[in-house]
Amino acid sequence: MRIVIPVKWVPDTAGEKHLDPGSLTVDRSVASVLCPVNEFAIEEAVRIKEAAPETETVVLIVGPEAAGPTAAKALSYGLDRAVRVTDDAVAGSDAIGTARVIAAAASTIGFDLLLFGNQSTDARTSLVPAMVAELLGLPSITYARRLELVDGGLVADREHEEGYDTVSSPLPAVVSVVEAINEPRFPSFKGIMAAKSKPQDVWDLSALDGLDTALVGAGAARAVVGTATPRPPKAAGTVVTDDGAGSSAAELVAWMAERKFV
Amino acid sequence: MTELLVLVDHSGGAPRRITLQLLAAARAVAPALGAEVAAVWLGPGAAEHAATLGAHGAVRVHHWDSADAKGYVTLPQVEALAALVAADRPAAVLFASSNHVKDVAARLAVRVDGGVITDATGLAVEDGAVVATKEVFGGDVITTSRVADGHLPLIGVASNAFAAEESGGGPAEVVALDVAPSDAATAAPVTDAVVQAGAGRPDIAEASIVVSGGRGLGDASGFELLERLADLLGGGVGASRAATDAGWYPHRFQIGQTGRTISPSLYLGTGISGAIQHRAGMQTSQHVVAINKDPEAPIFQIADFGIVGDLHQVVPKLIEQLEARRG
Repeated sequence: MRIVIPVKWVPDTAGEKHLDPGSLTVDRSVASVLCPVNEFAIEEAVRIKEAAPETETVVLIVGPEAAGPTAAKALSYGLDRAVRVTDDAVAGSDAIGTARVIAAAASTIGFDLLLFGNQSTDARTSLVPAMVAELLGLPSITYARRLELVDGGLVADREHEEGYDTVSSPLPAVVSVVEAINEPRFPSFKGIMAAKSKPQDVWDLSALDGLDTALVGAGAARAVVGTATPRPPKAAGTVVTDDGAGSSAAELVAWMAERKFV
Repeated sequence: MTELLVLVDHSGGAPRRITLQLLAAARAVAPALGAEVAAVWLGPGAAEHAATLGAHGAVRVHHWDSADAKGYVTLPQVEALAALVAADRPAAVLFASSNHVKDVAARLAVRVDGGVITDATGLAVEDGAVVATKEVFGGDVITTSRVADGHLPLIGVASNAFAAEESGGGPAEVVALDVAPSDAATAAPVTDAVVQAGAGRPDIAEASIVVSGGRGLGDASGFELLERLADLLGGGVGASRAATDAGWYPHRFQIGQTGRTISPSLYLGTGISGAIQHRAGMQTSQHVVAINKDPEAPIFQIADFGIVGDLHQVVPKLIEQLEARRG
């Protein structure tokens, strides 16, 4: 059993995010981190490996040289090795272009299970896992809040707005997980030290099997951003201090009534 | 005439609110595209709602009347839509930007070499192409984008961005869509569908009013208070990541950067400081009310009405007064 965990290098979740004014793509010159949603996919992979030690876990990251430490961070949780795809030709890819690179890299590595987070904290489209599954002709078991490997397949609960669907699927499959699936551990000191000596391969696009490079990058984007404008600042609102006797509640009810909310 | 297709999002045999909003969005751009608005309903139930779909502007509804649509994960819907797209060559497809629907659009885009834009809050037509407005980074930046020429635009529309509006049209003509899912499409069956939505409360993405709670609630029982408030207002109940991580409320109601994005008419946050990660999921709400005991809480920077006070005192008073108004 081999699990590949594609992770994303995203702008720090506590900071302001911007678009690069030239390319209108995410400005990645700011402090960047491992996308926190990926930690849940990593934790799930580590748990599977703990239960079945012959499992190999491989973190996959697509990004520039500067994304290297993010791959090391992922390894520090206990994953076995990393593959980083670094190629200037990837820059400016939309969700489909990115999915093509991940799909080709994952099949070059070879896998039984491809384990994503359900969304990234920057683009937040949730499109990539299903696109990768489509490119590889595999089931897309997205938004899993429970995942169980069974003989030759998997069972998962897929979260939606009103509850969840329990589904079963053969392997190989593409799965994305939501935060409800587990509680990620912190990397141990031992894990952080061990990550430094774990293999981290760096590939360019020519190393990927079956990738049509003409379909990757800004020129191949199917969704194209034309303009980007900062949101106008919001006018300051009314702030009242509660007197403990309910006066503020009355003021709020009056405010809501004026706006026809009650 | 070319069709502008609206993928019906339905649940329990009835169209969800977003479907009627999608039809309103479609009607706004269809004339400039030289297209007429048609709906696609995958799964049983279209005939019962043909009048509603027609009254909101759909001239016809393509109906794949098969339980397979939701009996297997995603792929049967993708195959049915791919067949319809190949036969009909629509100008564009509009869909709900909800989780499982986005999967259908994502796979369809790969299959037909289309382009996907999700979470559009506005639509226009320029030079014959659909231009989508979108609020990114939690609303800090507003972008316009379009799908490259020669590729099918698949546009996901955000909840509450368009108001449902009747067009005065008669019942939509129901046209059967005849497809049979492939073996590959039936590899992953749905073995159980569990509905957990509580007490008829609207989902946070669809609700006009959302009451939300965070760390300041102190424990899970605080959400019982918020549910009472929400029910008085006809609203949904959401939570910050701190509250869902603590297990006080289910994860699917988490609002924020790693959860869901909502844009209700009124967002009422209690015991939520309003860190950037939470604001990314709610700051495009039309009106923001905040109740927090810390006057320095960042939520007050984006609040239209803020109360500095103890929510455990303010919220019960609020409930009392709303109940009194009702008589």
